Amino acid sequence: MGFRRAGLGEAQVAGALITVVCLVLVLIIALPLWTLLSKSVQNVDGQFVGLANFAAYVRSPTLVASLANSVMVAGLATAIVIPLAFVYAYALTRSRMPLKGLFAAAALLPIFAPSLMAALALIYVFGNQGILKSWMMGASLYGPVGIVAAEALYSFPHALLILTTALSLADGRLREAADALGTTRRRIFWTITLPGARYGLVSAAFVVFTLVITDFGVPKVIGGQFDVLATDAYRQVVGQQNFPMGAVVGLVLLIPAVAAFFVDRRAQKRQTALLSARATPYFPKRDRQRDWSLFVFTALVGSAIVATYGVAVWGSFVRYWPYNLSLTLNNYDFANVEPTGWEGYVNSLKLAGLTAVIGTAFVFVGAYLIEKLIVFPRLRGFAHFLAMLPMAVPGLVLGLGYVFFFNASWNPLNVLYGTLIVMVINTVAHYYTVAHITALTSLKQIDREFEAVSASLKVPFWRTFSRVTAPICMPAILDIAVYLFVNAMTTVSAVIFLYGSSTKLASIAIVHMDEAGAVASAAAMGTVIMATAIGVKLLHVALNALVFGRLQRWRVR
Amino acid sequence: MKTWILAGAAAIFALTAPGAAFADKTKVTIYTALENDQLGPFKQSIEAAVPEAEVAWVRDSTGVITARFLAEKDNPRADMVVGLAASSLLMFEKAGLLEAYKPAGADQLKEIFRDPKEPYAWTGMDAFLGAICFNTAEAGGAAAPASWKDLLKPEFKGKIVMPHPASSGTGYLMVAGWLQSMGEEEGWKFMDGLHENIAAYLHSGSAPCVQAARGERVIGLALDMRGASEKTKGAPIEVILPKEGVGWEMEASAIVKGAKNLDVAKKIADWVATKEANALFSKTYAIVAYPGVENIPANYPAGAEQAMIKNDLSWMADNRERVLAEWSKRYESKAAPKK
Repeated sequence: MGFRRAGLGEAQVAGALITVVCLVLVLIIALPLWTLLSKSVQNVDGQFVGLANFAAYVRSPTLVASLANSVMVAGLATAIVIPLAFVYAYALTRSRMPLKGLFAAAALLPIFAPSLMAALALIYVFGNQGILKSWMMGASLYGPVGIVAAEALYSFPHALLILTTALSLADGRLREAADALGTTRRRIFWTITLPGARYGLVSAAFVVFTLVITDFGVPKVIGGQFDVLATDAYRQVVGQQNFPMGAVVGLVLLIPAVAAFFVDRRAQKRQTALLSARATPYFPKRDRQRDWSLFVFTALVGSAIVATYGVAVWGSFVRYWPYNLSLTLNNYDFANVEPTGWEGYVNSLKLAGLTAVIGTAFVFVGAYLIEKLIVFPRLRGFAHFLAMLPMAVPGLVLGLGYVFFFNASWNPLNVLYGTLIVMVINTVAHYYTVAHITALTSLKQIDREFEAVSASLKVPFWRTFSRVTAPICMPAILDIAVYLFVNAMTTVSAVIFLYGSSTKLASIAIVHMDEAGAVASAAAMGTVIMATAIGVKLLHVALNALVFGRLQRWRVR
Repeated sequence: MKTWILAGAAAIFALTAPGAAFADKTKVTIYTALENDQLGPFKQSIEAAVPEAEVAWVRDSTGVITARFLAEKDNPRADMVVGLAASSLLMFEKAGLLEAYKPAGADQLKEIFRDPKEPYAWTGMDAFLGAICFNTAEAGGAAAPASWKDLLKPEFKGKIVMPHPASSGTGYLMVAGWLQSMGEEEGWKFMDGLHENIAAYLHSGSAPCVQAARGERVIGLALDMRGASEKTKGAPIEVILPKEGVGWEMEASAIVKGAKNLDVAKKIADWVATKEANALFSKTYAIVAYPGVENIPANYPAGAEQAMIKNDLSWMADNRERVLAEWSKRYESKAAPKK
């Protein structure tokens, strides 16, 4: 690195880097959002009207109902997903049960497919013509039941990713000491395991809550008569082209994000570094009873997930559901229903590859600067706040913000508009928060002592970063890359306003095919995306096993 | 690290740099809500008629493409709009976003398909109708509805889906159609009754018919041609135009003000008004702008032209906000807890 030669002091470099991170975040998150949200105090013709739009929205009969519905659905989904994901993550990290890799892969399945696929799959299984319709006992899938089920399915791996990271970096010495002192297992769980994962639990809960409350794809397809805030926003923007009212709903949706930020700050203060410089990795001992009960649990949850998606895959081969169940490959000939054919898939691959490479590098370095440096606390706090924002922003709102900001005639960046680059930037911004939290969760578990020792040895922080921090966090870094890749493969709601005539994506083609009634082709494209994402994940697993097994070995005493 | 960054930058450049320049063709960006399967033939036909043009489509559903066009209004990206609902084009015209141009030959078109206002800005292409998709396999012996009033029968309780008028242009054209043909008072009374039988108001114009076609619902109120194409694919449905007549809308085309390729765009606008172009439209839609061009698509209900009510597009545009507010007051506040 060339900083030394330039003769710059460590503090200046740190200041400059943090300023750059802040500027980029302002450019890709704050300004586009501001451009759209500032419309909430204007009327349709762009004149300033103060809070009139808010007053009109509060008075409309739909608000209270939609708000209550949204909170209920998101709350229920969170209450279902978090305990399940926690036990699942616990089983993956703290037991010696067999087939761990398989179960980890199975649980991640929903993340590999567009959220629409969860809804399609549930309709195949529990819809009015579903295979297991009788299980619904007369209740209708279309409505809160369907939304909660599809969202729980879809958000499960998001929670699992954070919780696995939280549970996998633990100090083995604590457990050894507890075992040596004859502490009961229950006590170990409540006093060591759970407090250690508290930060991850809080983050995961907020991630699931905000994911569900901002998603409109699932409620649109499976919500039936049940109105939520996200469909309100959709109705205002897409149904009536009323951007000011859309911005008002978008602002209401931001509330959980802002709340998440402050709760997160409090949880953060209480979290002490678990992985001190002297920590050793924890290797669970064999315990037949625990391992087998966890095995049964994960097998049940995992196979429920796999079976649901399996049905959607099967559906993609069916000629005309449910009246002609003969199998065919025709649905994979996308040119029949979609003029770009397989081209969208190639575009998706490019978008995903670029998003993973650029996004991971930026997110991780940014998270390191925010978490590990001690200078400029205000700037770092601001950057963290911006990084937490996108989670709560419905893709629709972010996408429109990008149109207004990146297409403005005064903006020199408008040459990017309509290109793949702006879609890459948008996708990085859209999925920034979870990537950021994953990076933070793993960074927080590394003792600041590393930095302190480096400082006393006059080793600049960037050397600590490249020699110590990044290698320790390599598994988390790869997780982030894979997370960004698969989300870029599946994203719809923001990029639907941004693609150009030659940059249409596979995930957008799915929405179009579903709307055009080509449900089987939609499922087929979903299957192709899923297969690709799974392929990338397998590569990830192989890399982990071959390379990082070696890199993490130094931690064993 | 440095070489890594360089390699990354090179990769970005390679992936995003525009491909080799296409000889002497002018790329015309056209925003559209045409059906996916129409895009290929349309492109071919346009490029044959206007050899200097290369058509680049940006296609999405009516609501999305309309929202996007309006969001881009300060710096328009489209040269033309082809195959978008006339109500959207009226909105664009009102906002001063369309170039005034009357295609050569526009005067030969049926009167309702021509922009009645000066300066002339948009040209109609074809009409689409709000029809009933009725699934005969799931009906359980119930007779197919022949009149809108038949939808109020108790045996259809909870079996009907229609597009949400605030989400979907198709939903609004049906509501506006009932209000115009039955009169306001009767129209609202009819919808009060219909609301009792509705299972859900969906956020898409074709979803209701798709759901009916797949047996998820018995009756879907949706676009005529969606029903016809589902039936062709093998769905056990009937596409019905009720005897009182149906609401309708048209697809239209226009040139965007500030279009970068105005000359070529004008030639394409001329093409839209030709008989050849209308023959192409009529492969999907029964009713097109050019008089005498007729071709009933497979499984399309008969008597479509007669079934069209006297529809006032500017009434639809002017009363949209009021009608939607009233609709929302009547059906939305009590919509949520519906079992």
